[in-house]
Amino acid sequence: MSAPVATRVAYGEALPEMGELFPNLLVLDSDISKAMHTGVFEERFPERHFDFGIAEQDMMAAAAGMAAMGKIPVVNTYAVFAALRACEQMRTFIAYPNLNVKIAVSHGGLAVGWDGVTHQGLEDMSIVRAIPNMTIVHPADAVSTKKLLPQLIAHNGPVYFRLGRNPAPVLYAEDRPVTMGKADVLAEGGDVTIVACGLMVSESLKAAELLRESGVGARLLDMHTVKPLDAAAVIESAALTGALVTAEDNTILGGLGSAVAETLAENCPAPLRRIGVRDCFGESGDPAALFDKYEMSAAHIAAAARSAIAAKQGRQRQ
Amino acid sequence: MQRIARQIRCDIIRMIHAAGSGHPGASLSAVEIVTALYFSVMNIDPSRPDWPRRDRFILSKGHACPVLYAALARRGYFPADELMTLRRINSTLQGHPDMNKTPGVDMTSGSLGNGLSCGGGMALAARLDSLPARIYVLLGDGELQEGIVWEAAMTAAHYRLDNLCAIVDNNGLQLDGFTRDVMGVGPVSEKWRSFGWNVIETGGHDLDALVRAFESARETKGRPTVVIAATTKGKGVSFMENECGWHGRCPTGDEAARALVELGETL
Repeated sequence: MSAPVATRVAYGEALPEMGELFPNLLVLDSDISKAMHTGVFEERFPERHFDFGIAEQDMMAAAAGMAAMGKIPVVNTYAVFAALRACEQMRTFIAYPNLNVKIAVSHGGLAVGWDGVTHQGLEDMSIVRAIPNMTIVHPADAVSTKKLLPQLIAHNGPVYFRLGRNPAPVLYAEDRPVTMGKADVLAEGGDVTIVACGLMVSESLKAAELLRESGVGARLLDMHTVKPLDAAAVIESAALTGALVTAEDNTILGGLGSAVAETLAENCPAPLRRIGVRDCFGESGDPAALFDKYEMSAAHIAAAARSAIAAKQGRQRQ
Repeated sequence: MQRIARQIRCDIIRMIHAAGSGHPGASLSAVEIVTALYFSVMNIDPSRPDWPRRDRFILSKGHACPVLYAALARRGYFPADELMTLRRINSTLQGHPDMNKTPGVDMTSGSLGNGLSCGGGMALAARLDSLPARIYVLLGDGELQEGIVWEAAMTAAHYRLDNLCAIVDNNGLQLDGFTRDVMGVGPVSEKWRSFGWNVIETGGHDLDALVRAFESARETKGRPTVVIAATTKGKGVSFMENECGWHGRCPTGDEAARALVELGETL
């Protein structure tokens, strides 16, 4: 496999090709074109690139206006500024009229690290998930980012595309198909299922290795499309393994963990453990050290898996 | 047009009375502005509400939608008897404008401050496609308190959006009282001028003056225009004029009847 690449970089690199594929595609920036690597698109299509300055609300509502004129605007900002500062513009002017705006955000999660709480999007997936008509895509690596991008642009409706700041290990082979809305099975195992998204997929892959070393078989689902959730994949996994763990770099309230818990509770109750930020704010620091401190690293995912398996076995004995 | 404006005023009173709630003061204030646009200024075709080359109108002060719905109905976008379904369940006429439910509504609006940003995006898209479309955005003066208005004002000037025309329905009142007491927004014209806009001040109930202002805006190149329209909240109904209590109050049957008598009709 090739060297780790941040999903935001893979996204920026793929944009010019998207510009060729989709003549109506426009790229909107809010003074972070360097962070989002949208400069290559701007160079290729200067007339289709617009900077709005440090004014995310204006950018978001302007995107709604452009979509109402038949364009496919892609707004670029950080998770906190899209889902919190410009939340109402997203909800009332994009999601409610179901306008074809793509919201590309970097800096989702604790993995933002050094910048600290102001720039760590920890609640964004929960907020966006609560808004009707929104689709949430949160890819694990550079390859799946590039495969999902044309699909979410072709999708007629608003999409929240959550990208990461830091290099992420490449997990997908170039020739492996990835389909928006369908979870991908990245590891097979019969004892427990880990359902993960974003950077937590590679962390979960490490956890699956740790478990395998101790004789525990873990199935790993990359739930890159957090909304709408691939409920069938969750239900199938519950039937196959009877115990589940979710792993997301987001609060455990309202995001992927909640979506999986809701699906299990209504369809096939099974022991579940949720890995994520546990109803608290983050802090500045090295991302790996933060993952350790906030109990989100591979070892914690593996421990959660063992706990879920123990709960399953406890139920079976009863 | 004066006859149409009077008709629209009557529609506003009747529909808000039938709905049992709504915003008569803000709607009556904007009657001439909306009438001038829909019956003289705008390049539109009611038989083709989705015609790409048409001019667009965004009612950023969306709570005044009775005036927009009445104008759309009288212009032929939908039958006038639908006006009486305002705010009812399953109605095409929502409490604030909905672009997917009401034929002729170009943009969903009503959460104050956002319309000018939407209009800026429309103006940029229209220019990119070399469309002749002009984009009109109607704001209230109280609405200017929203910060996003000034973000949008910056953007429109930065991109020299001369196909964008804002109108401020400058009636001096908002929900809680006089705008100058709640949170002063003056000096209004100077603010827009300093943001790089062409500013036209005009009487907001003078149809000919409004049409001239919009013509002058159309001829202004290289920068956006704002028409600051001096208006009276509740205009046309004596007991509603300049009374902030009529911002969001529904008239009783007796009050509606008196209002219509003043306008020369009966309930």
